[in-house]
Formats: sequence, C-alpha cells, structure tokens
Amino acid sequence: MAVTAFDEMNGIGVSDSAAVRDAYGQLKAWLDATPPEHFNTRRSQAELLFRRIGITFAVYGDNESTERLIPFDIIPRVITKPEWSFLERGLKQRVTAINLFLKDIYGAQECIKAGIIPADLVYRNAHYRMEMRSFRVPHDLYVHIAGIDIVRTGENDFFVLEDNARIPSGVSYMLENREVMLRLFPDLFSKHRVAPVENYPDALLATLRSLAPGSATRDPTVVLLTPGRYNSAFYEHSFLADKLGVELVEASDLFTRDDVVYMRTTEGPRKVDVIYRRLDDDFLDPLVFRPDSVLGVPGLMNAYERGSVTLANAVGTGISDDKAVYSYMPEIVKFFTGEEPILHNVPTYRCREKEAFAYVMDNLSELVVKEVNGSGGYGMLVGPHASKREIDDFARKLKHAPDGFIAQPTLSLSTCPTFVASGVAPRHVDLRPFVLCGADQIRIVPGGLTRVALKEGSLVVNSSQGGGTKDTWVLDA
Amino acid sequence: MLSRTADNLFWLSRYVERADFVARILDAAHRFASLPTSYGGGEGNEWESALASAGDPEAFKTHYSAINADTVCDFLAFSPHNPSSIRSCIEAARENARSVRTALTTEMWDAINGAWLELRNYAGKDLNRDEFGRFLDWVKTVSLTFDGSAFRTMLRNDAFWFTRLGTAIERADNTARILDVKYQILLPHDEKVGGSLDYFQWTTILREVSAFNAYHWVYRESIKPVLVADLLMLNKQMPRSFANCYGVIVEYLDLIADAYGRRGPSQRLAGNMLAKLEGEDINRVFASGLHEFVEAFIAENNGVGEAIVKQYLVG
Amino acid sequence: MRIRVVHETIYTYEQPARGLVQVLRMTPRDHDGQYVRSWRIDTTVDGRLTAREDGFGNLVHWFTPDEPAEALTIRVTGTVDTEDTQGVVRGTVERLPDPFYLRDTDLCAANPDLHIFAERIATEGDGAPLALLHRLMHAVPEAVAFEPGPAANAVPAGKAFEAGRGICQDLTHVFIAAARHIGIPARYVAGYRARDDGEAAVEAPHGWAEALVPNLGWVAFDPCFGMSPSDSYIRVATGLDYLGAAPIRGSRTGGGTETLDVKLRVEQGRAAIQS
Repeated sequence: MAVTAFDEMNGIGVSDSAAVRDAYGQLKAWLDATPPEHFNTRRSQAELLFRRIGITFAVYGDNESTERLIPFDIIPRVITKPEWSFLERGLKQRVTAINLFLKDIYGAQECIKAGIIPADLVYRNAHYRMEMRSFRVPHDLYVHIAGIDIVRTGENDFFVLEDNARIPSGVSYMLENREVMLRLFPDLFSKHRVAPVENYPDALLATLRSLAPGSATRDPTVVLLTPGRYNSAFYEHSFLADKLGVELVEASDLFTRDDVVYMRTTEGPRKVDVIYRRLDDDFLDPLVFRPDSVLGVPGLMNAYERGSVTLANAVGTGISDDKAVYSYMPEIVKFFTGEEPILHNVPTYRCREKEAFAYVMDNLSELVVKEVNGSGGYGMLVGPHASKREIDDFARKLKHAPDGFIAQPTLSLSTCPTFVASGVAPRHVDLRPFVLCGADQIRIVPGGLTRVALKEGSLVVNSSQGGGTKDTWVLDA
Repeated sequence: MLSRTADNLFWLSRYVERADFVARILDAAHRFASLPTSYGGGEGNEWESALASAGDPEAFKTHYSAINADTVCDFLAFSPHNPSSIRSCIEAARENARSVRTALTTEMWDAINGAWLELRNYAGKDLNRDEFGRFLDWVKTVSLTFDGSAFRTMLRNDAFWFTRLGTAIERADNTARILDVKYQILLPHDEKVGGSLDYFQWTTILREVSAFNAYHWVYRESIKPVLVADLLMLNKQMPRSFANCYGVIVEYLDLIADAYGRRGPSQRLAGNMLAKLEGEDINRVFASGLHEFVEAFIAENNGVGEAIVKQYLVG
Repeated sequence: MRIRVVHETIYTYEQPARGLVQVLRMTPRDHDGQYVRSWRIDTTVDGRLTAREDGFGNLVHWFTPDEPAEALTIRVTGTVDTEDTQGVVRGTVERLPDPFYLRDTDLCAANPDLHIFAERIATEGDGAPLALLHRLMHAVPEAVAFEPGPAANAVPAGKAFEAGRGICQDLTHVFIAAARHIGIPARYVAGYRARDDGEAAVEAPHGWAEALVPNLGWVAFDPCFGMSPSDSYIRVATGLDYLGAAPIRGSRTGGGTETLDVKLRVEQGRAAIQS
C-alpha cells in the first residue's frame, strides 16, 4: 500500500523525526537516550514479572510456557487528554445508543418501523433472541460491559472498527500491562501524569452492583460465571473474580428453584443477584438454548425473565455487534440520541445492496470483506493480501450469498514506536477501551487495551496472528 | 464458600495424604523384603499385603499377571490405571488445586504444582532400587511441604478447616487399612510368641505409620502387639491413630459449625466416634474382636466422610 | 371430528435423578378448526407444575419434582374437536414477526444440493407460492423417503437430504429449509395425527410444517403423508425446528442411564362415543 500511515509519535511521515508530537516529547527523548541493550533487559524483566505477578495466569493449562505469552511491548502508547475527552464522549454516546437500540428492538421496534434498519436484518439474525421480547431488563440496560475497537488514521481521525457488546475480553491485559510498566519504569511515570487504570475492578463491581434486581438485599451477591478452566480466557475470569472479590462459579455451582438462582455453598444455598457471565447466550440454559450445553444452568432464563437475577451483559446483545448491523450504527446513533455521531464508522459496503455489491465485486483486491454473524463460517478476505485464486474463490462465495457479507476499504492504521528485533520501529495499533454501563452512570477507565501488529506492515493486531499488547497512557495534563 | 471450592480443598488434601501413605507402605515393604528369609523376608507376602493395604487387588489383576516387587511397585507408584497410585494421587491433587487456585496460598500451590512438575522426572522412567527409594523419600517431602505450607500460610477459616478434615479422614482410613490387612499378626497364636518373624512384622506395621521410635517413647517397653494396636487406634498422642484423627476431625467440624451457626449429621457422627474411641480399652477390643473393630471403624469413618460431603461439599 | 389423546411418556433412571426439570410443550391452544374441550397433564411424582407462554406463543409447562425421582411418567389426556380447514391455519396466537421464520437453524441447515432442489421446484411450473408449496410437499417424500423412527434421531436438513431417507422430523426440516431458501417463511409444527385406518395405538407424536402464503396466511403441509393436515390433526406447538417445538425437553443431574418409553393413543371421536 502506498498510503503512509499516521505515526502517533512523529506525526505524518515516519522518517520525519523532527516533528515529534507534543504528547511523545518525553518518551521520544527517553527512547533516544536509552541504549538498545537496556530495552532488551527490560523486556526480559517484563517477561519475568508477567510470570510472577501473573502467577494466576501462567498456572492454567498444561502448556504453561506457551499459554500466557501474548507478546508485550514495553514502549507505551500515549494519548493526550483532549484526544481522550473526545473519545470518551464518543464512546458514551455510542454505548448509550446501543442500549437504546436494544431496548427498542426487543420492545416497540420503532427503529424498524421508521426504516432505520431493515426488519429482516434484525429478525433473521440468530443473535436476536425472541426470548427477550417478553420482558424488560433492569434499568432498560442491555450492554453493561462493552469493548469498542477504535482505530486511528490521522491527527483527528478516529473510527469505530467493531462494537463488542457480548462478552468483550482483554481487560486483564490492560491491568497487568500497567502493573508491569509501573514496576519497570517508575522514572518514566514520574515524568508523565498518567491517568490510573487500577480502579477498573472497583468500577466494574460498582456497575454490577448497581444492576441488582429489586429483590436483592443492600449487599447484592455478584458472581462471575465461567465456562470453566478449559476456556481460553479462563485466566481472565479467575483474575477478575479475584480482583472483584466475587465467587468464580461454574454452571454446576448454580441451580434454580422457583425462578430464583442459587449458588451451592458450604453454608447452604445462597441467592445470586447479579451474574457477570463470560459464557455465550447459546450455552446459558440448556432448556432454552442449545440442549447439549453442559456449561449452562437449567432454568436460568426463567429466573431472568422473572427478574430475580440480572445477567451482565443481557441476553441477545449480539445483535448489536453484528457486522451488518454495525453499518447502520451512524443512523442508529442519530435516531436514538438525536445527535450527530461523535465517533465515525469505517465506510462499509453492504453486499445485500445491489450497487454496493457491484462495487465490491469490482474492487475485491482493495477491500476487506467480512462475513456478518451467523452466515456460515466462510471467513474473511483481505483483498490487498490475497492471491488471485483466493479472490476468485471468495468471489464465488460472495455471489452465492451476498447478504452474508460486508466490505470495507483497507484502513491505514496509525503506528506507534515499538521495540522489535531490529530496534525501535513503527507498528500499526488499535485500541479497545472498556465502557461500563451501570444504572447510576457510565464509567470508562482512561485508556484501554492497545493491540499492536508486531510484523512489519501488518494490520492484523489479533494475538492469534502475531499481535501483541502495549500499555496505554492517557495523559492527565 | 462455594461447595465446589470446599470439595476441591478436601480432596486435594486427601490425595496428598494418600500419596504419602502409599509411599510409606512401599518403603516398609522394601525394608521387609530385604530381610533374610529366616526373618520372614523375601517370601513375597509383603508385596501381597502392600497391595492389599494400598491398592485394589482386583484392578491389579487386570493389568499384571504376577505379584512381585516390580509389578506392585509399578502399580502402586506409577500406574495410571490405579486411582490411588502415587502418580494418580499427585495428578488428582494438582487437578483439584488448579480448580481452586485462588483459594490456595501461593506456597501451597507451589508445593503441589512443583510436585506435579517434578513427577515427570520419575514416572515412566526405569528406576533402580536406590532411585526408587529416593522417589519415595521425595513423595514424603511433598506431603510435608504441602502440609507445612497449609499450616504456615493459610487463613484460619473454613478453607483451612476443610483442608484439615480431608487429611484427617484420609489418615484414619489409611491406618485402618493397614490394620485390616495385618490384624492377624497382632493376634496371639500358637507359634512361639515373640519370635523374630513376629517382631519384624510388628515393626513393619510401626514403620508404615512412622511410629517405630514413637512406640518406645510412649510405652517404654519392648514391642507387644497389644500396645502396637493401642498406639495405632486409641492413643491420642499418636498423630495417625484413630483417636487422634477423630480429635482433629471433631475440632474442625466444631469450628465450621460455630462459624456457620449450624450443626448437622457430620458433627453428630464424628462426636459419637470420638466418644467411643476415648471410652475404649485395647484389651476389651482384643477380647471382642480386633478385626471386627477395625472393619466397623473403616465403615463408620467412611460414613463420616460421606456425611461431610453431603452436608457441605455438594451444596 | 372429535379426537381423544392419551399420551404417556415414561422415564426410568438407574439411580434417583436430582435437579430434574422437564419442559413440556404438550398443550394445544384453540384456533379456527381446533377447539380444545378438555386437556390435562398429570405426573406420577409430586412437584411443581407451572405454566407460561414461550416466545412463539406456545403454552409451556415446567415440571420440577420435589424429590429426586427414580421414575417419572408424564401423562397427557385430552379431547379436541377439529374441523378440516384445507390446511389453512387461522386464529392462532402469533407473537413473532414474519421474517423471523426465515431464520436458519442447525436442524434446518441446508446443503448446496438442497438449495438446487428448492430452486428447481420454485422455477419449474406455477410460480404462485401456494402451488409451489404443494409441489414442494410432494417432492420432499420423493427425495427423502419417510421411515418412522424416534425423534431423537433427527439430523440437519442437508444431511437428511443427502441420505435420501429420514423420519418425519427430517422430512419436515427439508421442507422448511427449502421453503426458507426460496424466501418463504416456514415453521415446524408438533402435534398428533389420528391414523387413517382408525387404529388408536400410535407409535409417536407427529410433526409437519407450516408456510406463510401471501394473502392467505399460514398454511400447513405434511410432507410425510403428502397432504395438507385435515381434521385428523391436532396442532400443539410450533418452533423454528423440531427442537423449538419438541414436546419434552429436560435436564437433570445424576440418575445414570435414562430409559424412555412412550405410550400413545390417538382415538377418533366416533369410537370414543360408542364405547
């Protein structure tokens, strides 16, 4: 790609090191003054620290040496206060709109009647749960914990790439990365006023408690429901339960009686008020969803419908992070908040629309084509990186079921200085801030999880494909 | 606390204790086997009785054709087909520990996880007699380290109490199993009493529960079968005796009952058992039948274990 | 026609089953051509039986025994008066928007051959939906031979199509998958069917499909018997597929192996009146 990426340290143009952006002044000076060996030492220290602090992480799984090691980059990513304020306003607006949207499609369905979003896109989607149509969730809030993926392409250009409204993960990395950085580089922190993230567990607990049903006592019982220790994110479940000070439960620890959920304790059954569930809808209740699920609690949905227990997130939020629904988010935000969207979407071509489809077919080699939820697992196509044959194969699938796909231009994600084998070099990054939506307020811990594509030129930040993480610093001044 | 957590803690300690017991049985069997034949050694009976005390002879038969030092050592130490082999015990203990990682102290986790990792240096290797001896010593160290770290680092709350209960129930059962297999050699019989064969068999029993030295401290006289039985069953000073185990069980069940504000079947059953052991006299036990007494104890101890499971661990 | 149903489902467990919950979609509702005169559910074990409505508008009973049970019989008895409506279904409780019934499910998942089959039926001959659906109803049993068997053996529509034979659930799923593929909302119906020969003993409950025909509404099609359901059918529950309409879904902890026995009589009225 010929497009030059926006570098968050140097501004436009990676080679132009004269124009360092203000936010990175101190960091740049530190990078210049630090000999490369020093980075190497620190990096191995970081790894040791992860093993020690993250002892609860490393012990799970029999493959313990390979388990945790999602690469960590020791150079922080810096975000200024004005940038963050902008993002924060945008995130609040977006998550508020998502909650209003969910309330509407499970209730009055005004947005469908108003033609904001096509009816069949909602009703045919497997993530639209008809079970949710018959009752209202506490405080009309559906998404309590959202992870909104944001990419940057220029000084003032931020885009939402994806709304994770089901069970977003990764927050434990945000917390651990900061912990490790504080230990490794105390002097760097003394030169910057970095907004803390350590209060995330408190904010999460406050959020969860605010959602307790009316039948709960003043000290509601909150639990974290995990699919179990064979789940790939189990360390995070265990880590969070520990930080929150709540029980980490598996399905077999819970049971329902007369539409109330109880936890089996040594002191007898104890009523459960709020379940922070890290288990997909499909597995929650074998009597309502997948009958073969052994990870779920029979009768849970009845208790939920009767309002004796709150599930966080609510059931059926997957409809709002579907890629096809995503493309309507700007209209959804406008419709429900009456405001212009603060955060923009990446331009998206809906292949279900004739003109867009024709454009996509003509420009496959320049586009990223993604499947929408529940369309059969055909995967995605990254046009610029695909061979002629891969493109032809994909074109056939696309022609067969255009409804199942959307396409987006390949974005040139911003880069941040990253310590790699050849020294400090720019690598593409994204950002996943975590938005907590309680009955009392929306809480966002400043920053989030920065993911970095460690391969030169790569735009794929996923940890399964060579991505790493960085600490994210929101400067307080 | 979650019933599952308590259950994991309870079984974690039971498995650690069982591994230690099996190691002691194997150690004693080796010692006995190395005696000259005239002292009763080398006849192979010790392997049969080791198997009977620490394993399931029926399960053994499906995997081995003969009972000898090699097969019994393999079955009791390393066989994955034997749920009570040292290896199976350490694996099961680690599996239980893994499920409740956050309920353990780092030291406890390190003890059990370290053992599990180190097990690979022994299991599946062809160990000679010396190496096998070192392996058995190592197993005993594992249980010491685990127990010690629990004792030194755990908060004194229900998590600790359930851990102790698991150890005590398992210990009582283990001691009873030895007596169940070997009660005959403690009974008076026609042969020349006090012969060297008997002497070595009695001392083997004492060694199996590491009470050889303790015996002399407690009774200050030569080894007599009645006193061996007394030490293992009714003497409260002896950590592995029925009476001591029940002292511990009652103590911790009472602490749990007080903390939860509820008493139940397990407190009642354990209390009855302790009262019975305290009021018992070893001569009366011999008069009314040693074997019957041991068999009844095994059944009742299982009953207490089941009562604990039902009252607290399944929820 | 008056139809009397006696439907016993008998479970026995190796050991007492704890935490038993049975979800019963076994109660028909009134609609045009179907009037429920009497209907009741009895169980051989004491417990809580609560009724509610599910998202499709089905009447659902949740049964939870008070104590662990070694055996449990669920006995449904009732009498329903029916009229032949030529398959047209009116006056039903409808809770969901029509496009919902275009949704794919695991059991209605098609394969490319089934897609081609559906497209061929859609394009050969009269394109009017009603005619097309009748063609589909007759074509399904030709492509997938009907072989009675237990409902638990149901496979995804694409698999059944490939196998060329299946139980009534399979044929119905093939019909539904084909209809949805060509853009016609379709759903599964669970119920009872009185035998043509008047014999009251029936092996199992029956299943068929309904499809939405513009200007006519929901119309029932029974691909197993190649006919639109008549007055010998009792319509009990609907769903996106068999799973959503299944008479019984249950869960339990422990209990070991479960054995299941079904005794079902679907008697036509005249016989009942004579007796």
